Amino acid sequence: MTDAALAGGVHAGPEPAPADAARMGGAAIGDRAYQLAILIFALCIPLLLAAIAGAVASAGWPAFREFGGSFLTSSRWDAVNGEFGAAPAIFGTLVSSVVALLIATPLAIGVAIFLSEFAPPWLRQPVAFLVDLLAAVPSVVYGLWGIFVLVPILREHVMPFLAGTLGLGGTPLFSGPAYGPSMLAAGLLLAIMVLPYVSAVTREVLLAVPRSQREAALALGATRWEMIWDAVLPYARSGIVGGIILGLGRALGETMAVTMVIGNRHELSASLFAPGYTLASLIANEFSEATGDLHVAALMAAGTTLFALTLIVNAIARWLVWRVARGPVGR
Amino acid sequence: MRLWRFAALASMTLAGCGGGNADSRDTTAGAARSSGGSVDLTGAGATFPYPLYSKWFSDYAAKTGVRINYQSIGSGGGIRQLSEQTVDFGASDSPMSDAEMAKAKGGPIVHIPMVLGAVAVTYNLPDVSAPLKLSGEVLADVFRGTITKWNDARVAALNPGVKLPARDILVVHRSDGSGTTYIFTDYLAAVSPAWAKGPGRGKEVQWPVGLGGKGNEGVAGQVKQTPGTIGYVELAYAKQNRLAVAAMRNASGSFVLPSVESATAAAAGIAEKLGKDTDYRISIVNAPGAQAYPIASFTWLLAYRTPADTAKGRKLVEFVRWALAEGSASAAALDYAPLPATMTRDVTARLAEIGGGAAP
Repeated sequence: MTDAALAGGVHAGPEPAPADAARMGGAAIGDRAYQLAILIFALCIPLLLAAIAGAVASAGWPAFREFGGSFLTSSRWDAVNGEFGAAPAIFGTLVSSVVALLIATPLAIGVAIFLSEFAPPWLRQPVAFLVDLLAAVPSVVYGLWGIFVLVPILREHVMPFLAGTLGLGGTPLFSGPAYGPSMLAAGLLLAIMVLPYVSAVTREVLLAVPRSQREAALALGATRWEMIWDAVLPYARSGIVGGIILGLGRALGETMAVTMVIGNRHELSASLFAPGYTLASLIANEFSEATGDLHVAALMAAGTTLFALTLIVNAIARWLVWRVARGPVGR
Repeated sequence: MRLWRFAALASMTLAGCGGGNADSRDTTAGAARSSGGSVDLTGAGATFPYPLYSKWFSDYAAKTGVRINYQSIGSGGGIRQLSEQTVDFGASDSPMSDAEMAKAKGGPIVHIPMVLGAVAVTYNLPDVSAPLKLSGEVLADVFRGTITKWNDARVAALNPGVKLPARDILVVHRSDGSGTTYIFTDYLAAVSPAWAKGPGRGKEVQWPVGLGGKGNEGVAGQVKQTPGTIGYVELAYAKQNRLAVAAMRNASGSFVLPSVESATAAAAGIAEKLGKDTDYRISIVNAPGAQAYPIASFTWLLAYRTPADTAKGRKLVEFVRWALAEGSASAAALDYAPLPATMTRDVTARLAEIGGGAAP
């Protein structure tokens, strides 16, 4: 078909008779209406996002006006005296997500490599299904498991091991008493929750790498591992980063599971053993009983901050994907 | 033909819905209404009295047919909804402040004390079998972080003969806003000037030390799991989960364990001193009386003095009258402390203030 016919979209060939022209003109209007309807549906989503952001931001505006930048830098969250600073919550949100990704990414990529490269076909489906099942567990259940299983294990075995046996107790990252509920507990729990997302995306991307890549590397004399590391993974790089971004988004917004194991303490601390707070937990904990307009505005402002944080992190991650995808494939 | 059938079905459905509204004006219906009836009164507020209120509502509905719906969204939510007049009554564990009362859209709000709650101090010391004895000042300093070890001299002085371990005290408080926190911090502020100047009293405060647990169950779970922890939970929760609780020294100097009786005794101690015109927005922490438990408080039902709908106001007053007279029997069974008898009489007499409330 010629471009002109494609642009017309309706008909090609000789001029139609008048009766046919009327019907085809009607079809053109139908097409236009359909296009308009689809456009409206598509616009609804960013409009909804803007509406939510606008509503939360305008409800939080009184707090920003009252505290200015100190809302983002102060550590005092005092509902009685009306002073609100969300720095520990912002710090905790970022740190717990970073810790979760640091733990989950190698595991997830490892699982994906195993399933795509090494696992026999009869093993691949069941194991993949089980890993994906981790994503189906409700976050409250994760929280309960965290309180009753993970935190006692950390307090009684893992933390003393890290501090004592490995001798890391003196370092700022592992200092302080080991109560159990801590940034480490939250990071670990989030890592388990994020694992299936990163793993599923990575697995699909690795399976999509063309056989020619693998065969070429092997033909050049690479070992199995060198083939994966040098030929397969770089090809799948941008997809893997995309999976990590997906996991990061989940980690930033997770509320219930985190609030049950993080210790809920408004304090900035370098140690992973120390309790902390996240923006989502802060809002979930305090919203129902918040009386006083400034308190409610401060919580809305925390919500706006979380929204903005998620947007910024996603933007950085998207830029990273673009950078990585632009890079050379292979070596 | 199909359209006709659909129209007939629709009109019958609508007629059925409309019938429920006509019945609700008949308040003296003795028989229990079938499940098709509409709700007569709506309320929202504190989660603490919810188990008791829901038992009261179902008993009252069985007796009189008046159906009351209650949403336990928290005291703050209840106060907000009542101020906006989206519900007929509210419930709160902490009294409304003057600023909050000024913002209510329907005029002045009456606080009706319904039952008493107590806050138990729970701890985990596996080697200590008898209940620990604590005083208000020591408790405040523990929660301020100035007393850090269990075998501190001041704790040991209150517990002669008890071998206290040399471990750190781990403090656990509530991470979510709660009336329990309000009662607890109200007590600490009453007994410790340093606490009053510092964190103060509120449904959520800036805690100097400690971990935050979500809900009574979060605090209790944390205390149960870690030796050396101290925390605070509702009395009912402590009793039902058989947690170790401390005996607190009250204003008269005796050490009292938290219980339904000691909470009622706290109210009795204060009730004698109330004036005729009290608005019941009073705190009864650190109450006088040998048997009084010092960390106790009322939980209030909030209603407008001049309700917009007088029929609903009348129904609410009748319910409260019933609850104060006959509902208190079920209160103790659910671990809530009923009001002392003198106070029940006074509160019932004052119900006439609510517009539409029939005189006894």
